[in-house]
Amino acid sequence: MMDFLAMGGYGFFVWGAYGVTAVVVIAELSSLRARRRAAAQLAASMPHSEDLP
Amino acid sequence: MKARHRRFAWIGAGVAVLGVAVALVLNAFQSNLVFFFTPTQVAQKEAPQGRPFRIGGLVEEGSLKRTPNSVDVTFVVTDTAQRVPVVYSGLLPDLFKEGKGVVAQGSLGSDGKFRATEVLAKHDENYMPPEAAHAIDQAQKGQGVSLSTLKESP
Amino acid sequence: MNVYQFSSPATFYPFAGWLAPWFAWSAALLAIAGLWIGFAVAPTDFQQGEAYRIIFIHVPTAWMSMFIYLVMGFWSVLALAFNTRLSAMMAQSLVPTGALMTFIALWTGALWGRPTWGTYWAWDARMTSELILLFLYFGVMALRNAIDDPRRADRACAVLTIVGAVNIPIIYFSVQWWNTLHQGASVSLTAAPRMASIMLIGMLVMAFAAWFYTIAVSLWRVQAIILERERSASWISALPGLAGALR
Repeated sequence: MMDFLAMGGYGFFVWGAYGVTAVVVIAELSSLRARRRAAAQLAASMPHSEDLP
Repeated sequence: MKARHRRFAWIGAGVAVLGVAVALVLNAFQSNLVFFFTPTQVAQKEAPQGRPFRIGGLVEEGSLKRTPNSVDVTFVVTDTAQRVPVVYSGLLPDLFKEGKGVVAQGSLGSDGKFRATEVLAKHDENYMPPEAAHAIDQAQKGQGVSLSTLKESP
Repeated sequence: MNVYQFSSPATFYPFAGWLAPWFAWSAALLAIAGLWIGFAVAPTDFQQGEAYRIIFIHVPTAWMSMFIYLVMGFWSVLALAFNTRLSAMMAQSLVPTGALMTFIALWTGALWGRPTWGTYWAWDARMTSELILLFLYFGVMALRNAIDDPRRADRACAVLTIVGAVNIPIIYFSVQWWNTLHQGASVSLTAAPRMASIMLIGMLVMAFAAWFYTIAVSLWRVQAIILERERSASWISALPGLAGALR
């Protein structure tokens, strides 16, 4: 296990590459989730033609 | 913040980004589009005179000499046609090996020796397990060095 | 069935919502398979040791960074030529993911360059043109935010995207046109791959994962863009589950 993490001495570079990739992908997914939620709330709160008196 | 101010801020950011991009392009076209010069180009005086440039090629087999108890090294960069001796003081990258690609930054002395301030390893685009590489090595013994890391100059 | 009906946001919205999870789950499964091949099956490399394993994200994201831009260019041409809203929205939906892929390609490249070449960064033609690609993505985003009228922003972004597309062949062929520190392509359409086959398979599986991820994320994002821009349209209020978003 330690050998695997060490990556033949290149652990910092390999895990630095994979780690930051994971972080930015998760960041994109969560910001997209927030944007979708905000957009849906905004659309739902808009007065639509049918709702108007 | 007013919508107009926000718009101006974004236009400013856009102009700044474009400016940086243009500056990068100009910088690249001016001097760095050709990242390195081959020993043949150096011999034909195509490399810039009087200012630092990069030289690229293969480290000649058997040319690497280390001064004991120091980081001073000398080696020869070759493209199999011309050769340029290089003097360097510093740590070499992991992939620096005789017979492999190298790019060194520095300037050419009047004695014909290239004084490097930075040495980078240039590896090729082949990926394989060590056993496969060993087998290919055995098969190619005596056929000279692989030139796959070298490019013909345009 | 008329395919042109899908150019209407009202028709495309539910279709995108149905399609996205399929691509998302495929991307997740492919990424797991690709990482397993990359770390557990693929052997170590003869000259780079374990450091080469960065290739399994570097090359797929670098491919996607260029491919996404070409797809944006395609949608931009359609948007300008036919003045269709949805094409411009599709282009808009890809920009952040394109920037993300470009950033990952640059970041992983830096961490790969340090142990192999001996430097995190060099101003060589391949790396400089890829950095310019990142700035192009940022430029399109900034332009979009600078213009309040969405239809005018569509046209401006389409023009910038198409003009910037000249950078893509420069990135791709830079390693052939000029002496670069960056090595040539290991995989191309015209020559046999210069990689052991299991390494190549791992890389291609990861490339498909990145591709499907991009499709899923851009479909989800185009849904949000449609909601943001067409929020007053009557068909929006008829969407099932939208009211639930308020709770």
